Amino acid sequence: MGELRAYAALGAAQVRSATAYRTSFVVELFANMGATVFDVLAVLVLFRATPALGGFSLAEAMLITGLSAAGFTLADFAVGNVDHLKSLVRAGTLDAVLVRPLGALPQLLLMDLPIRKALRVVFGFAVLGLAVAANDIDWTPARVLLLVVAPVAAAVFFGSIFVSSASLAFWWVDSGEVGAAFTYGGRDFTSYPMSVFGGWFRGLFAYALGFAFVAYQPALALLGVPDPLGLPAWSGFLSPLVALGAAAFAAGVWRAGIRHYRSTGS
Amino acid sequence: MDQRDASVPTISRIGPFRASIATFGALIGSGFRRYATYRQATIAGTFTNIVFGFLRCYVLLAVAATAAGQRPAGYTAEQLATYVWVGQGLLAVIGLWGWTELADRIRSGDIAADLLRPVPPLAGFLAADLGRALHGMLTRFAPPLLAGAVFFPLHTPTRWQTVPLFAVSVVLAVVISFGCRFVVNASAYWLQDARGPITLWTLSAGVLGGLYFPLRLLPVELTVALWVATPLPSLLQTPLDVIAERDGPALQAGLVALQVVWAVLILALGALVQRRAERRLVVQGG
Repeated sequence: MGELRAYAALGAAQVRSATAYRTSFVVELFANMGATVFDVLAVLVLFRATPALGGFSLAEAMLITGLSAAGFTLADFAVGNVDHLKSLVRAGTLDAVLVRPLGALPQLLLMDLPIRKALRVVFGFAVLGLAVAANDIDWTPARVLLLVVAPVAAAVFFGSIFVSSASLAFWWVDSGEVGAAFTYGGRDFTSYPMSVFGGWFRGLFAYALGFAFVAYQPALALLGVPDPLGLPAWSGFLSPLVALGAAAFAAGVWRAGIRHYRSTGS
Repeated sequence: MDQRDASVPTISRIGPFRASIATFGALIGSGFRRYATYRQATIAGTFTNIVFGFLRCYVLLAVAATAAGQRPAGYTAEQLATYVWVGQGLLAVIGLWGWTELADRIRSGDIAADLLRPVPPLAGFLAADLGRALHGMLTRFAPPLLAGAVFFPLHTPTRWQTVPLFAVSVVLAVVISFGCRFVVNASAYWLQDARGPITLWTLSAGVLGGLYFPLRLLPVELTVALWVATPLPSLLQTPLDVIAERDGPALQAGLVALQVVWAVLILALGALVQRRAERRLVVQGG
């Protein structure tokens, strides 16, 4: 109970500090939502020039983008600020987090809870909702369940990517932007049908790293469209399993990283 | 200590003009050395640029494959690939994101020390930023372009003036990008916390600068309006259209001329904002 109260206090302090500069906070709230708005608009702009992208119509592509946006915004809101880890490791200030009698990861997440990102989560799910309405989906109980589970699985998957790529800083302090290739890169990658990409690049990101199962395969399963790349119809239902695998991996990397952390010398 | 650090001439016998040129040059050098220190971050950034290059290139090529006449917005597939990969190389040179130094110094009160210096803040920060851009050009520009050339067919410039015009366009884009960031950061003089305006800038510079997709994909009127009414397309779209030879020689030169106008306007605005701010500045901290 005491622990929960401590976490609540950390969170409440964040709300107070975020709203201290009101103008800036409101601008940030909308600017952050704007980032996701523009991601979705980018897909619409591409469809101005072509009737189909990678063999998918606008409505079908929007379902993929919507699943990706809903999952990513939720993950970014909940754990995205684990990004700050590299500055804590560099300065050695992670010590302060480790000596407190609370979990290191939850503390880090609540130390800068990004309330400014709340509005974009709403937008991400709105896009998903509109995309579902725009497609003529043949509803079965399995598909309804998938629609509920898939965004959550996508969020767990992206959350795991956030934690694993931030943990890189434990071994490589100057890893800088490498993490962004997988977090923001992963968001952009999952926003499009996998048939758009080619060669070893698709093999690596889509299947070796599992990004195909975030939005593309679940969207195919919802639409009942066969995969032009040849995976069976049920592979969309694998998305929660892939997400759990990613979460287990992230947990392992995080624990190993915390054990590896030696603070700074000065 | 590096001996050169102490040799910045501000009062000298060689005349005020040459002295200020020497000071400006020394500040460019120090900006260059500052970024040259972070070698691993340079490698990390290059890796990320290349990953995003693959992403954007595949998406635009997929659009080209099914677009009318296979020329979306008037670009051939090779021109699109050049657009993407040169853009990924230029990203770190133009430096759209991540500069909050001025806002941080205003917030912390360190700006007081800058105001005591014999170099005005606008000129001092501009010199340091040119040094940063020079470092970016030497280290960050070539690797993405090379990766692109290995995996995709690129468009090779056919007109002799394209490459020199591109070089001029890049320098102008760096100045415009700096001017915009200076003005956005300077909002901290009034707001204290400039995170909101900076986020807004980060967002609009990427999308409306032409990074995510060529702006020519938008309706023509909107593209023209953006180009004329905002400095944003002058950041990436202009240099990229120049090197991809999207337009004829006359329009190419015209777009670069428009960059000159924006560079002058944005620096003048920066100077004006700084003067206004100095009149009302209350230094933070106790």
